Amino acid sequence: MNSKKNAKFSQISSKSESDFDPNFIEVRNNYSFWYGESKVLHELNLNIPEKQVTAFIGPSGCGKSTLLRNFNRMNDLVDGVSHTGDIRIKGQSIYDPQLELISLRKKVGMVFQKYNPFPKSIYENVVYSLRVAGRNKKSELDMVVENSLKSVALWNEVKDRLYESALGLSGGQMQRLCIARAIANNPEVILMDEPCSALDPIATGKIEELIYQLKEHFTILIVTHNMQQATRCSDKTAFFYLGKLVEYSNTDKLFMNPDKKQTEEYISGRFG
Amino acid sequence: MKNQLDPSMRQRPKGEGWVWFTGMGLSLGLLMIFFLLAYIFWNGVTVFWPKPVARVVLKSDSVVDFQGKKSFTGVVSKEREVATSMIRGNKDYSDNVAREWQFFVGNKDAYGFMYQYFPSESIATMTYPKNIMVAERLSWGDSVFYPLFLESKNGNSILSGDPFFYETLKKKIYEAEKRREAFTRIERIEIGAINQKIENIRLKKRFMGNEFGQEASKSPEWLAMDRKKNTLEEAYQRLASRAKLLRKQQQDTILHYQLETGETRSQPIGEITYAMYPNQLSFLEKIIFFIEQIIQFLTDNPREANTEGGIFPAIFGTFVMTVLMSIAVMPFGVCAAIYLREYAKQGFLVNAVRIAVNNMAGVPSIVYGVFGLGFFVYFVGSGVDQLFFSDRLPTPTYGTGGVMWASLTLALMTVPVVIVASEEALASVPRGVREASLACGASKWQTVRSVVLPAAAPGILTGLILAMARGAGEVAPLMIVGVVKFAPSLPLDTIFPFFHLERKFMHLGFHIYDLGFQSPDSEAAKPMVFATTFLLIFLVLVLNLLAISIRNHLRRKYSSSTF
Repeated sequence: MNSKKNAKFSQISSKSESDFDPNFIEVRNNYSFWYGESKVLHELNLNIPEKQVTAFIGPSGCGKSTLLRNFNRMNDLVDGVSHTGDIRIKGQSIYDPQLELISLRKKVGMVFQKYNPFPKSIYENVVYSLRVAGRNKKSELDMVVENSLKSVALWNEVKDRLYESALGLSGGQMQRLCIARAIANNPEVILMDEPCSALDPIATGKIEELIYQLKEHFTILIVTHNMQQATRCSDKTAFFYLGKLVEYSNTDKLFMNPDKKQTEEYISGRFG
Repeated sequence: MKNQLDPSMRQRPKGEGWVWFTGMGLSLGLLMIFFLLAYIFWNGVTVFWPKPVARVVLKSDSVVDFQGKKSFTGVVSKEREVATSMIRGNKDYSDNVAREWQFFVGNKDAYGFMYQYFPSESIATMTYPKNIMVAERLSWGDSVFYPLFLESKNGNSILSGDPFFYETLKKKIYEAEKRREAFTRIERIEIGAINQKIENIRLKKRFMGNEFGQEASKSPEWLAMDRKKNTLEEAYQRLASRAKLLRKQQQDTILHYQLETGETRSQPIGEITYAMYPNQLSFLEKIIFFIEQIIQFLTDNPREANTEGGIFPAIFGTFVMTVLMSIAVMPFGVCAAIYLREYAKQGFLVNAVRIAVNNMAGVPSIVYGVFGLGFFVYFVGSGVDQLFFSDRLPTPTYGTGGVMWASLTLALMTVPVVIVASEEALASVPRGVREASLACGASKWQTVRSVVLPAAAPGILTGLILAMARGAGEVAPLMIVGVVKFAPSLPLDTIFPFFHLERKFMHLGFHIYDLGFQSPDSEAAKPMVFATTFLLIFLVLVLNLLAISIRNHLRRKYSSSTF
């Protein structure tokens, strides 16, 4: 890692946790969400702190992915969706009619369940978000590629083949490339939708380590089915069941000493 | 006991027979295609192989004769079985059959025909004399004869027995060929260019005359044009007299020869394209002759109502038309598919459009031809003439069939194929990469352009390949929007503005139809039909291979286990 980045990181690390906004992302006013007629999210209210990892857990179909995909309004692609309530990032509503979807997505990067690099070179994959924003200065792009790939610990593995197709990488490498792509344009929030579910344990370990490092720089929301993963890399955990938020607290507390019986049953594997 | 397998483990899977059934379907299809191609290939290629010429003596008591004689020279071209009553002429109603041979006898100018059937039972002997010569001429096709002597203008003559006779003959034919090339160039290209300039001056004068009336003829511009026209006409006269001189030289040396019937005839060397002793050729010479014939076939203009010479204009016309069609069909088809798949709100209307597009692919091609004639030629074409070429009217420029209208008509015909294939290709691009692109802050159009289109490119090219294959082989609509049986001036040449998209053109598919079914002498045209068919298939194959290699290149570039 270069010295400039190091300096930035140490600066961030030197801040105490209390310097960060505890209400960085607010899901408020009984936020509810419908796919057509079916209500998939019921009256949610939660505040997500800045520069921490927040994990969403719950059984399949509980709405955790749907909620995650609403933070960058990815669900707008689906026909017939509607909502009530509001989501705010840094106090700014993402449903503000004045807001441009493209600028929201620049601020909120996303990593998907299945690694999905573009059929382009590694270099072009990383700089894609800059290119679509009209930033084409070679020196700037080179720097972004190097920094992003170093942040995801991929630089040493691919620095000699930056201009080769990204599709020749291994699964774990592709997922790290997708993370590099998500952070290239310096977003504030990174959404991760089960980022390790298609990877083997070694690649998963690398990604988890990466998440732990990236939280110094970004606010991370991660959806996971893997309870161990949530305990390993998240600071706060929210447990969803049937579209409702059952429990939301610090990860240690939620796993060690949950308030709700439902939570305890789920994390101990009695249902779900 | 140890080897005894439990009977339940020997049970065969049900329905395995269907695998054989599908395999049979495939092999049957392949077999049919293979035989068709092999038949066309064999018949198309052997046309150019030099065959020995026989001197056939008929039995003195046989009912048939040849021009009143009992002997002739010719090449066996076909064998068939007929009822004996057909050849013996008597009232033999039995089912007996006899063999009958078809001979190519040539000398159409002397005999009035080139092919004749003889029953094999009437043939007494067949010999292959060394001194039989075959010569191809600019008109009347091949001649089969015994050479007598070569007569030059200054009275010298070389007898056919002379050791230098054949050498001299070949040299003279070569010189004549060079002269023919020279005067053809003068007449077609140089004089053509001058004629065009004179025509332009005429049109400009007409325009000025209409505009300014009598005054125009006194203007300095008018006089300058008159002077220019005079110099052009002088140049024309010079070139014309040179061409005339060259043409006259073609008659200088004359070959005298005798036919098997005893008749002696003569032929100026300038009208002979080649002469050879077919029964003296070594294997190597045969191969050289074969290759020369193929090259001539590929590069020459047709002669003799297309039954002789080459088919270069048809190859070139087919190629230009197919390329123009591809250029026209790609953007339309791909744009339509992008809108239908990516932007249009999926619903009843879009489905209706999709069904309509699919149905368009099944509309008979002649319907497109008629539409092309009515819309492109009569409506758009005459509109273009009114606007840009009004000084040439009433002679139409674009208001008549031409290579551009033919290409557009075929583009219209093949656009459904491209739309359907492109839509499939776009639909098969995984949702993951689209979402990834949108999540990076890209707009819909940026996503389509830089992620979806590259990934769909191989599939889109498959559509183009299908469209090209259909377009290149199409004949019916072309017949009414610009294809003609003979058009030596190509749609692309060295005269400004180089592209002449208004020109009529020749097409291999139409050439096959014209040769096979419109030719005055269908027997003489048959070899050319096969050769042309073979070439058309070959051209379609080459175009397809080209597109396939581009597609595979793209596929390698974008392929991955991810998709």
